[in-house]
Amino acid sequence: MDYNLMREFADSWGLLAMALFFVGCVAFALRPGGRSQADEAARIPLKDD
Amino acid sequence: MRFGTEIVLMGFFTFLALVAAGFGVDEPFRQHMWVLFFVLLGFVVVLLRNTSFAASAPIDPSAYMDGPIRYGAIATMFWGVVGMLVGVLIALQLAYPDLNIEPWFNFGRLRPLHTSGVVFAFGGNALICTSMYVVQRTSRARLFGGDLAWFVFWGYQLFIVMAATGYLLGITESREYAEPEWYVDLWLTIVWVAYLILFLGTILKRKEPHIYVANWFYLSFIVTIAMLHVVNNLSMPVSLVGSKSYSAFSGVQDALTQWWYGHNAVGFFLTAGFLGMMYYFVPKQANRPVYSYRLSIIHFWAIIFLYIWAGPHHLHYTALPDWAQTLGMVFSIMLWMPSWGGMINGLMTLSGAWDKIRTDPIIRMMVMAIAFYGMSTFEGPMMSIKAVNSLSHYTDWTIGHVHSGALGWVGMISFGAIYYMVPKLWNRDRLYSLRLVTWHFWLATLGIVVYAAVMWVSGVMQGLMWREYDEQGFLVYSFAETVAAMHPYYVMRAAGGAMYLAGALIMAWNITMTILGYQREEQLMPGSVPSLQPAE
Repeated sequence: MDYNLMREFADSWGLLAMALFFVGCVAFALRPGGRSQADEAARIPLKDD
Repeated sequence: MRFGTEIVLMGFFTFLALVAAGFGVDEPFRQHMWVLFFVLLGFVVVLLRNTSFAASAPIDPSAYMDGPIRYGAIATMFWGVVGMLVGVLIALQLAYPDLNIEPWFNFGRLRPLHTSGVVFAFGGNALICTSMYVVQRTSRARLFGGDLAWFVFWGYQLFIVMAATGYLLGITESREYAEPEWYVDLWLTIVWVAYLILFLGTILKRKEPHIYVANWFYLSFIVTIAMLHVVNNLSMPVSLVGSKSYSAFSGVQDALTQWWYGHNAVGFFLTAGFLGMMYYFVPKQANRPVYSYRLSIIHFWAIIFLYIWAGPHHLHYTALPDWAQTLGMVFSIMLWMPSWGGMINGLMTLSGAWDKIRTDPIIRMMVMAIAFYGMSTFEGPMMSIKAVNSLSHYTDWTIGHVHSGALGWVGMISFGAIYYMVPKLWNRDRLYSLRLVTWHFWLATLGIVVYAAVMWVSGVMQGLMWREYDEQGFLVYSFAETVAAMHPYYVMRAAGGAMYLAGALIMAWNITMTILGYQREEQLMPGSVPSLQPAE
């Protein structure tokens, strides 16, 4: 495994996999029905001391 | 017996330090091991004097473990004042070179003492103690691993002492923000792994089903710093009892590894960790949930995916391949979006409670921190553009940029968090004085403004003087002429830094008096109590 092979992998499949993972994270955060869970999670610090 | 194992182990390591001091192959290493010997010996004596043979009181497993956090808050304050004091001193050394005192206190040795002092000693202690505070309260679980938290606290202080004394003795790897030599690096690795186990273990035993977003940021900071620290410090010591080592990388690979480390130290130590602080302490102090929790999740993932690629912008116009420089520049510019998303999220947490900026000086401090986060994350991407960088690189503009981020964002958000935590940790009704917080706020803000504005002017002037050609193609100014032209700015910069230091000293006084249980009798902040309406 040399430098060129790794570079080629990084700017093709590696890049695609990371981009898809990122888009998936954003889509999951914005999924319908996520709002109420997010609002609940936002209140965690205010629950106790 | 209390501390039995600790005393035996520490005694053994004290002996090893003595042996290393005797067999060291170079003079700085022998001196450094003497320092280690006396530090460890002092620790053993303290442990021996505090030991007892009575059975220790049982620990309530449902109560939070706040002892190491109290020590951490004090250590943060102490190292903050030390690091900023050294900063003012080296600023004066630049203005008045006679203040360089050979060999231990010249600029070359004090400069890493300042940077490590404020970044790792002040910032690191602030991150460690607030992360322990936040993870317990948002997981509703006691810190994992018994006395592991104490090991992390004291182990980290030992790292700081060894790093700082090493710089003064002239021991350095010459890697910016990663100057400590191989044996200090190994020690930090052990402490950091313990910190990771402590933090992850606490998250795993949480009673709250969801892991609050502040813990995501703290965890990404811990994991990434572990990775950066190990890779950037891969090196081969010349001798096991010597202070010199050589990097595993050479040439441009070494430079890229160093700035991959360097920029991600900014991204994950000085940004992600302190964002964790923001996502807990701003909602707590404002008593309102974060503006958009979903935006905070997107903020997190975008920072994680983008920051790691931005390092090459430190190597514009060097031997680094052009495509790598462009990659670093593009990712730096993309970072602007999540950074401002996070800033908006932090600021808008106050929506509906904007009056608190007027009535609550701690909120005011946090808001100023978030504003500086926005400002320096705008300035940074702009400076990473190659055309801008050709003017700004190697000039004081960079130093101004770093300080608007470090003093404005990192410093102010840490001050806010400490002001919030201290009365809670010591069960006080309130701080000793809120008026003094206002004084601290204005001294710090004016200090940063003076510092940053002066460095902009001086940096742009310096860059323009370096590139000034006459009609025959000769450089107009010699290097010494540019140095002479910067003298007035260096004096003003030292004044700005001194104002910031004065604010920190006021805070140290305020915190000390709060811990001792005093309350200053003073007028309430205007508007903090609703004015009474006359009966109709």
